[in-house]
Amino acid sequence: MTTPLLQVRGLKIGATVYPPGEKPHDIEIVHGVDFDVEAGKVLGLIGESGAGKSTIGLAAMAYGRGGVELTGGSVTVNGRDVLKASTRDVRRLRGAEVTYVSQSAAASFNPAKRIMEQVIEAAVLQGKFSKSDAEVRAVELFSKLGLPDPENIGNRYPHQVSGGQLQRCMTALALCPEPDLVVFDEPTTALDVTTQIDVLKAIKDAIRDTGVAALYITHDLAVVAQVSDHIMVLRHGDMVEYGTTDEIINSPKEEYTQALVSVRSIKHIEKQPTDAILSVSGITARYAGTKFDVLHDVSVDISAGQTLAVVGESGSGKSTLARVITGLLPPREGSITFAGRTLSPDQPSRSREDLRELQMIYQMADTAMNPRQTVGTIIGRPLEFYFGLKGAEKQKRIQELLDEIELGDGFQDRYPAELSGGQKQRVCIARALAAKPKLIICDEVTSALDPLVADGILKLLLDLQKREDVAYLFITHDLATVRAIADSIAVMYQGRVQRYGTKSEVLSPPFDDYTDLLLSSVPEMKLGWLEEVIAHRKMESAGN
Amino acid sequence: MLKNIPLSAAIGLTITAVYFLAAIFADVIAPYGMAEAVGDVWEPSSAEHWLGTDQIGRDLLTRMIYGGQTTILIATLATILSFTTGATLGFIAAVSGGWIDQIMSRLVDLFMSIPSLILALVILSSIEATVVTLVIIMGLLDSTRVYRLARAVAVDISVMDYVEAARLRGEKLAWIIFREILPNALSPLVAEMGLRFIFMVLFISTLSFLGIGVQPPLADWGGIVKENKEGINFGIGAALYPAVAIATLSISVNLIADWILNRTTSLKGGRG
Repeated sequence: MTTPLLQVRGLKIGATVYPPGEKPHDIEIVHGVDFDVEAGKVLGLIGESGAGKSTIGLAAMAYGRGGVELTGGSVTVNGRDVLKASTRDVRRLRGAEVTYVSQSAAASFNPAKRIMEQVIEAAVLQGKFSKSDAEVRAVELFSKLGLPDPENIGNRYPHQVSGGQLQRCMTALALCPEPDLVVFDEPTTALDVTTQIDVLKAIKDAIRDTGVAALYITHDLAVVAQVSDHIMVLRHGDMVEYGTTDEIINSPKEEYTQALVSVRSIKHIEKQPTDAILSVSGITARYAGTKFDVLHDVSVDISAGQTLAVVGESGSGKSTLARVITGLLPPREGSITFAGRTLSPDQPSRSREDLRELQMIYQMADTAMNPRQTVGTIIGRPLEFYFGLKGAEKQKRIQELLDEIELGDGFQDRYPAELSGGQKQRVCIARALAAKPKLIICDEVTSALDPLVADGILKLLLDLQKREDVAYLFITHDLATVRAIADSIAVMYQGRVQRYGTKSEVLSPPFDDYTDLLLSSVPEMKLGWLEEVIAHRKMESAGN
Repeated sequence: MLKNIPLSAAIGLTITAVYFLAAIFADVIAPYGMAEAVGDVWEPSSAEHWLGTDQIGRDLLTRMIYGGQTTILIATLATILSFTTGATLGFIAAVSGGWIDQIMSRLVDLFMSIPSLILALVILSSIEATVVTLVIIMGLLDSTRVYRLARAVAVDISVMDYVEAARLRGEKLAWIIFREILPNALSPLVAEMGLRFIFMVLFISTLSFLGIGVQPPLADWGGIVKENKEGINFGIGAALYPAVAIATLSISVNLIADWILNRTTSLKGGRG
């Protein structure tokens, strides 16, 4: 049997942690992981944040980020144990045999140098190609990756190409030195779904055409299912399950993997529209000091006790709409009616009642809670502020709210730093609920969370809606979330409402072009989905 | 929290504590009266006079202890005044933004463009220097520096979502400043406070040395240097003791400030 290209045995990775007020100590973050990558094959590493997937990916280059140390086991690339290799040999390895594609291309390119210079740098430095040969190769790669104007795109600076294009440039950078293995670390996570699909396709084709092997790291099982031959599921630094992509997707054995596969399978039957609690009509808005409108003539209604999902990619104006509704950004034109009253356009002049009945939950629970206040203070303040509750009465209500968000006893005296990501978001939900609102604006509340945790939050929100009869304005870029919880949907594109109606209306054909593109771009948890979509699009464009 | 104190911080804490205790209990521990002439001019140190006597025969150790009391009292009060005004105004400017911020910040720039020693000299030449006037002048002049720091720190904090959440709840300015921003701005401010205290000690000593600070017969360290500076010509070290006191107190407080800075602005914790 031939030795595989990359062989990892009993890999242990440790790090030093510095908890405030305690002595620094070492912890182990990966506890002995084994896997192989054969030449020309793609292994997907999947897991939630903190599972150790990026750390393992970088270990394939014998690299530990920050204070991370590779403490045990072996990593063999092309028959050499790179953990024991000298610094010189490791330098020969990186950028020649193993290369790396990071999550944020925008942060990884040097903004002061042209793209071409950076793409060929490793190949030339490692002596694999002469400068002119490397440039020829780079141009080939650019065209293979579907970049526009491959001859000249290398002369641009990183800020002169779009995010999706830059991510493809980075893939070209990684492939340019003809490596044996490429480590892709969440290459499409920071992109919009509509862009993600092109980059995914480009990466997949490039891997196939160049015959390179790859480690593909992501938290999105549906994405990894499209590109990899094998998948390894990781959790808390341990392997949970390993198998071919087909096995993992269609017959997962472990409970954790099953949960990952069936994520977002919440069933929610849409309600028929009733009286609107909030009506936004003809809103046009721009930010102070700019000369263009971010929102154009936006009109939507939210029925009492129901959920309106506002979907769109970044820059479509969804968060701006939230700012207009909360009064943080007074609109130039249009008006907002809330619970039968006309809302004042700017927040400071709104009545306390208006403020109380319109609450907001943020994307980043970390920054939405004051790190110096306890959970009790955070939830208790709206009670005190709006209802004048004090002492035992307030304590009792705080505990009730904590029970409602399924946190229970012992959380009142904790600080946000002592909570997990999902718990933090739950506390934010409790803070909004404490005001007994009629409408809660949820701005991407699940997008910073791991899929399983996000599922829990969505279920909680649906439960609370049933019990408290609260309406949600749910802003998201994730269509799977929308399917799970929305009663009606507004699709936004470039500051306009592209499509608006009940969930079944919006999600059933005939579609306008943009909605079609958006809907078909959402990765599905099945093999061959990527090819189907691409084939479908080719047919469509041929038909036109 | 008091475990694992680094050696430097422990030294700083000890020396600072000694100075503060000496200042607080001056009446108890001083061997003689503050203005009492008890010996000859510039006597060398002896069992009766540990540090010798000064230029008119007063016990120098007694003068040093009472001088420390005045110096530390004025510096402490001025620091407190400078921090309360500076931080409050800085926070208000940061949270209000717009023209309120512009007016306040430009006024502060105006005051900062005049060297504070010269400004203090001008003001003190027209009004009488008492402990109260000195504290007010020094405190207000120094509050411009604190204002700049407090504003810079608060601007960062005021764009956090939790501050926005408080605004959306309808909270008043006072809650936002004292409950949302202040607790998160405390560590850089406390560290700065140590440094500002030392500048105050130096400032009051400078003023007294120039003769417009603390007025005799009240003792303060700058004044003692001034009174005894002629002695240096005759090889008398009396003027050096207050210099040593100022230097050691400065270094000690700085050691503590460094320690607080390290504890609160580590890579992991940020302002947490």
